[in-house]
Amino acid sequence: MSIPDVMAGIDAASRRRSVVTAALIALVAILSLASLGIGPVRLSPLSVVDALFGGGTDVAQTIVREIRLPRAVLALAIGAVLGLSGAALQGLLRNPLAAPDLFGAPQSAAFGAVLIIALGLADVRSYALPLAAIAAAFLSVFMLLFISGRNAGLLILILAGLALSSLAGAATALVMNLSNNPFVLLEITFWLLGSLEDRSFHHVALALPFIVAGAVILFSQRNAFRVLSLGEEAAQSLGVDIVHLRLWVISGVALGVGGAVAVSGTIGFIGLVAPHLMRPLIGHDPARLLVPSALSGSALLLAADIAVRIIPSTSDIRVGVLTSIIGVPFFLYLIMRERRSLSAGVA
Amino acid sequence: MTAAAFLTAQGLSVTLSGRAVLHDVSLALPSGRLVALVGPNGAGKTTLLRALAGLVPSEGTVHVGGDALSALSLRERARRFGYLPQGHMVHWPLPARDIVALGRYPHGATDSARLTPADAEAVARAMRIADVVDFAERPVTELSGGERSRVALARVLAVEAPVILADEPTSSLDPRHQIDVMKTLRLATGKGALVIVVTHDLGLAARFADTILVLSDGRLVSQGAPMEALSEQIMADVFRIRAYRTEFQREAVIVPWAEI
Repeated sequence: MSIPDVMAGIDAASRRRSVVTAALIALVAILSLASLGIGPVRLSPLSVVDALFGGGTDVAQTIVREIRLPRAVLALAIGAVLGLSGAALQGLLRNPLAAPDLFGAPQSAAFGAVLIIALGLADVRSYALPLAAIAAAFLSVFMLLFISGRNAGLLILILAGLALSSLAGAATALVMNLSNNPFVLLEITFWLLGSLEDRSFHHVALALPFIVAGAVILFSQRNAFRVLSLGEEAAQSLGVDIVHLRLWVISGVALGVGGAVAVSGTIGFIGLVAPHLMRPLIGHDPARLLVPSALSGSALLLAADIAVRIIPSTSDIRVGVLTSIIGVPFFLYLIMRERRSLSAGVA
Repeated sequence: MTAAAFLTAQGLSVTLSGRAVLHDVSLALPSGRLVALVGPNGAGKTTLLRALAGLVPSEGTVHVGGDALSALSLRERARRFGYLPQGHMVHWPLPARDIVALGRYPHGATDSARLTPADAEAVARAMRIADVVDFAERPVTELSGGERSRVALARVLAVEAPVILADEPTSSLDPRHQIDVMKTLRLATGKGALVIVVTHDLGLAARFADTILVLSDGRLVSQGAPMEALSEQIMADVFRIRAYRTEFQREAVIVPWAEI
């Protein structure tokens, strides 16, 4: 094999990936425009763009720039960081069934936030909220990796994740049980359902710095994920510092998921689904899956958030409920596909 | 050892979860040799390989190419040791070429889609030597066991490290592929590398190795040319077997025959 041969195969593959990535960016842009246009007052894409840049009527400007833009920005950012977190965890653990929600990270983050509200330590517009959510998410992912140990099989990961998310759920239930303030109960219900409704730029400012920090950290570790395809021992022998890598990934996931949950509540299954949708198009290289998974996460959450506005119902459907209703059957389908490695007890 | 040693260990000891796995191992090995590391199950062979490459915490000192291992960064260590773990595990169905390209990671080629000409050259060279060119584009998970082991070998060769540590590279391979792998490793010694191979196959070790190290209960109990290192006494004491010993085409032949 000569050098041109080596490079030829690589070039063909990277051309295909560029096309897919460009198509995803276009899809996210279209969905963002749609998200700004759809609601009780329907606006055409043209008037949306007009209002966005300060044209059109005052009413249209207020609707687009103050009511719908924060919502679209949050859907974009939160979807992206959930997709990225899923892809990063799958890369770190070399396991297609790894995702923040299956490991109890969003549930723990929600508990952290709920605790702060129930104790009356801070109101919903304070930075204490994302910080508590991030701390709780960090703790849960750290616990998961600590319990499962090195080279953990699928079964141990899923079981430990189940235990941790049950614990977070139980702790949240306990807070609800002990709290007799109806307002607090209402707040808690909100965390459990997950929604992007009625968000302002204050919420964007609250969450975005953490989401961006988490995304940057996860993306910076991309090449280590590729080397990890060979297993931890071989990766270590090629110069990857496994202990540092794990800490970085835990921190990145905690920052991203914690920041997201602090303003949206728990929105499930995007981290699990997004990388899977990308594998047939992009290939299995865990490093190259990161950006497309983030983009498809954005597209999924934007689409789900548009769907809850279109689906006719007597009361509002929460977007977190919708993603779980779609995500759980998908998860079951994945379990069926991975049945062989599951029953063997190894991954 | 007469030639200048490239890899030396002094008083190497490893304790894993409270159990001493390696006791005070000292060795000095020159470049350009194929060394077989043999011993019964649980003798500490894999641990010795890991300790030499700095993959497990150990007491004692290791010097490679005149530098203390402890003074080298992770990346510098990775450039000096090509390490092939047991089992050739690859977790994702990546094309064989991408796996081989990972061997250039210690040299700064962190992205297999953007190889420098020098890195692409090294990858192509390794793929030619290990004879994996024909299935460069195929996902490794779809390859046969023999093909996969050659891809794993190519990945290690692509590092172009002065020391190659291979942990049971021939296990679960048919005889033809076992010989294939050993010949490829010998080719690497011809280019000046020191190759240490862990194996349970004493026949293969005797046939291909220049030097044999015998490990028993974490101690180095014998070393030297095949027939000396695997003397009748050692075969009896360490492996508790008798072997048929002869010579064929001027190579040592040792066939484990009966238990003692």
